[in-house]
Amino acid sequence: MKLDPKVPSGPIEKRWSQRKFDMKLVNPSNRRKYTVIIVGTGLAGSAAAATLAEQGYKVESFSFHESPRRAHSIAAQGGINAAKNYVYDGDSVFRLFHDTVKGGDYRARESNVYRLAEVSGNIIDQCAAQGVPFAREYGGSLDTRSFGGAQLSRTFYARGQTGQQLLLGAYSALSRNIRAGGVTFHGRKEMVDLVVVDGRARGIVVRDLVTGELSTHLGHAVILATGGYGNVFYLSTNALASNASAIMKAWRKGAYLANPCYTQIHPTCIPVAGDYQSKLTLMSESLRNDGRIWVPRKGGDARSPDRIPEEDRDYYLERLYPSFGNLVPRDVASRRAKEMCDNGFGVGKTGRAVYLDFAEAIGRMGREEMQEKYGNLMDMYQEITDEDPYKVPMRIYPAMHYTMGGLWVDYQLQSTIPGLFVAGEANFSDHGANRLGASALMQGLADGYFVLPATIPDYLARTKFESVKADASEVTRVAEDAKLGIEKLMSVNGTTPVDAFHRRLGHVMWEKVGMAREKKDLEEAIEEIRRIRKDLWKDLKVTGSADDLNAEIERAARVADFIDLGELLASDALHREESCGGHFRVEHQTAEGEAKRDDEAFSYAAAWQYKGEGQAPELHKDELAFEYEIPTSRNYK
Amino acid sequence: MDFKLKIWRQRDAADAGRFENYVAKGISPDASVLEMLDVINRELVAAGKDPIAFDHDCREGICGSCGLVINGGVHGPFEHNTTCELRMRRFHDGDTIVLEPFRSRAFPIIKDLVVNRTALDRIMQAGGYVTVKTGQAPEANAIPVPKKIADEAMDAAQCIGCGACVATCPNGSAMLFVAAKVSQLALLPQGKAERKERVIAMIRQMDKEGFGACSNTYACEAKCPKGISVEHIARLNREYLRAGFGSK
Ligand SMILES: Cc1cc2nc3c(=O)[nH]c(=O)nc-3n(C[C@H](O)[C@H](O)[C@H](O)COP(=O)(O)OP(=O)(O)OC[C@H]3O[C@@H](n4cnc5c(N)ncnc54)[C@H](O)[C@@H]3O)c2cc1C
Ligand code: FES
Repeated sequence: MKLDPKVPSGPIEKRWSQRKFDMKLVNPSNRRKYTVIIVGTGLAGSAAAATLAEQGYKVESFSFHESPRRAHSIAAQGGINAAKNYVYDGDSVFRLFHDTVKGGDYRARESNVYRLAEVSGNIIDQCAAQGVPFAREYGGSLDTRSFGGAQLSRTFYARGQTGQQLLLGAYSALSRNIRAGGVTFHGRKEMVDLVVVDGRARGIVVRDLVTGELSTHLGHAVILATGGYGNVFYLSTNALASNASAIMKAWRKGAYLANPCYTQIHPTCIPVAGDYQSKLTLMSESLRNDGRIWVPRKGGDARSPDRIPEEDRDYYLERLYPSFGNLVPRDVASRRAKEMCDNGFGVGKTGRAVYLDFAEAIGRMGREEMQEKYGNLMDMYQEITDEDPYKVPMRIYPAMHYTMGGLWVDYQLQSTIPGLFVAGEANFSDHGANRLGASALMQGLADGYFVLPATIPDYLARTKFESVKADASEVTRVAEDAKLGIEKLMSVNGTTPVDAFHRRLGHVMWEKVGMAREKKDLEEAIEEIRRIRKDLWKDLKVTGSADDLNAEIERAARVADFIDLGELLASDALHREESCGGHFRVEHQTAEGEAKRDDEAFSYAAAWQYKGEGQAPELHKDELAFEYEIPTSRNYK
Repeated sequence: MDFKLKIWRQRDAADAGRFENYVAKGISPDASVLEMLDVINRELVAAGKDPIAFDHDCREGICGSCGLVINGGVHGPFEHNTTCELRMRRFHDGDTIVLEPFRSRAFPIIKDLVVNRTALDRIMQAGGYVTVKTGQAPEANAIPVPKKIADEAMDAAQCIGCGACVATCPNGSAMLFVAAKVSQLALLPQGKAERKERVIAMIRQMDKEGFGACSNTYACEAKCPKGISVEHIARLNREYLRAGFGSK
């Protein structure tokens, strides 16, 4: 199948309006006849569910959480970008577009990115109207701050809990529509497979996490807004239940998966301290606004940080990148921290950490203002590490954080399965090879509030739907297969709990498919992942029953999918013989250690098609054309 | 660190439930209570037993999923933290630690330490929102909100919906939870148009769900992970009164 990204032509600033005008509409009185199934209630899923219900469609919303408000989006801290130019520092839609394309290392589609920048301002309007308590200036207008990869102040925030407040805004809109009857919400239900009839996505099979019961839900279109796959690395900043099963099920049903190797390692996280740790905690990037990153000039300098005088400190980001300094994009900051530690300059017990120091900022603005800006982060740090960051610098290290890759979608956010749409972190669409800080919230809400509510009606209006019977064999077979899949996991009857396999997978991913990737390592990783898969199916032990609440079964099914995804991720990384954004191939770097792209050979999104169990997936290239941005090497010096 | 644990086990809603004893050995002082439960569960699974069910997700105090009664205290014996944030260094080596689910009439037990808190969602559905459809919003800066008001609204809006206020209240009241939302939206100009209907609808739903009445014990404020102030309850009461008298 040839990939058709359905990108509009014409001047970039007119493309989205023109497309909206060209889209077909559904008569208001007919909308109730259409059912849209939405999996996920994060920013993308909740926003889409509320908006489509407001338009009059019948929405069935699903989440494995009990309440829609528990989605992982709740944990986002720092902020959301928008090209409002409220501070008059030179921002514009075009500038945000430019920064995002450049930040993504010229691996995203221009049209998509422009649309994202174009609707960014509406998102802030919408959220403010819902009662999201954004930070304000004394006069009452919205306050902004700056984030990595940008030289201006366009990030809107609500203390260190921006994701929480935006999600609660979307949740309130969702709640209103549940009350009004437009949305039916199904909590503690996990999608375990996709129903495809006559080549179109027509429903899902879900498992009730309390009773273990499987049920099938049919509709006219399915939206996956199921989040990212960072937990393939075992330890990440993601919530523990975040997983890739929904997108992997869709992949096996024919949806292509694009750029799985574009993963983002966040530079400022609390470092790994021991085996007991179940997750890594992010210290928001916004801290880099006021914190300065440094290591001792002398490797192994055992003095406590306050005893190390200025002249013995290396503020390496400020030294290497004088114009962006501590605000270089994430991939650059992460790689440099690793390099410092690899070269023996790391601090703390493990030597795998660098300092993030607020002494200068506290001196400048005082402790109180610091507290107001970052209080919850400072408290969180102290709670976890038992150290007071107002007095000693934080120790931070990069950790797996966000996944730019995901299901391939066209400009309409439709996957290669007609009727299957993908939104938020689950799709691959807007961030190219690296996402800028504060742009995931923007994208999730853009997809949910503004893009899908325009493209879904178009799909519904253009499609002639055959009626699908719940007892048709094409439908019942899906639930039967899902049941067999669960029985298979339960019946391995080995000796090793699922956690051990997840840890093993995470270890390979971090060591060999992490911040710096090399051919030999990637080949070894693929071999090792295959061994893990074999071992899992030979030696997995799941206890308890499949007929009640059993976290071990949920986890086992998710880890089995992570293993398949891990292999695909490593293969994608192996095939991409260049460095770009979050994907750094050791073989491809400049003399100064910067990423070296190969635009001749790799200016495409790699979309992988599932070809059957044990078969190599097939690569399809979605070629990227740059009409407005001229790919240059990213320079943050 | 080593601990003796007494943990509530209950197969399902119908089961009577009982405490069972466990030992936790070699736990890092930096591990959280939930990370200790992870260790116990790995051992249980390895021994072929049913692991202990408990709710959790973000493990950084923001999603509101976790919630245990620890040694009789909601989210543990201390103030202003969630269960997932509570580290073992706060206990003494050799301590006996008792873990139970949140107990409240409105939160039926699903299994072991997992309870059903959907009643809180239904209160939100009753009125915890501003009616503004996508696309209807005015330009964000068109409605200024003084910093002081925005900050106060944010103080209330921080609620993570964990239900600690309910579990700790001798009457099982959800007043602080409701007050946080009512107060946030009453403070902001965006929420003013519906303030009367909102407070009445939310209180009515709260009563319907079987939550108790507030008798001003203020236990909730102390236990709220975000330290949401009972002053918001006072504002809710004022909102309720003025709604009743039909004034604007
Ligand atoms: C600690 C942290 C801080 C961050 N800070 C920022 C920030 O400051 N700014 C920014 O822009 N971005 C930030 N991000 C990134 C951003 O939060 C996420 O990318 C974004 O919230 C993802 O939203 P989403 O709607 O796509 O998915 P999610 O919020 O992850 O929601 C996924 C939903 O899908 C459901 N689901 C998944 N699979 C299934 C299934 N099989 N069946 C049923 N339901 C399912 C889940 O229950 C959930 O409701 C941060 C991320 C982290 C980890
Ligand atoms: S697990 Fe999210 S608040 Fe505790």
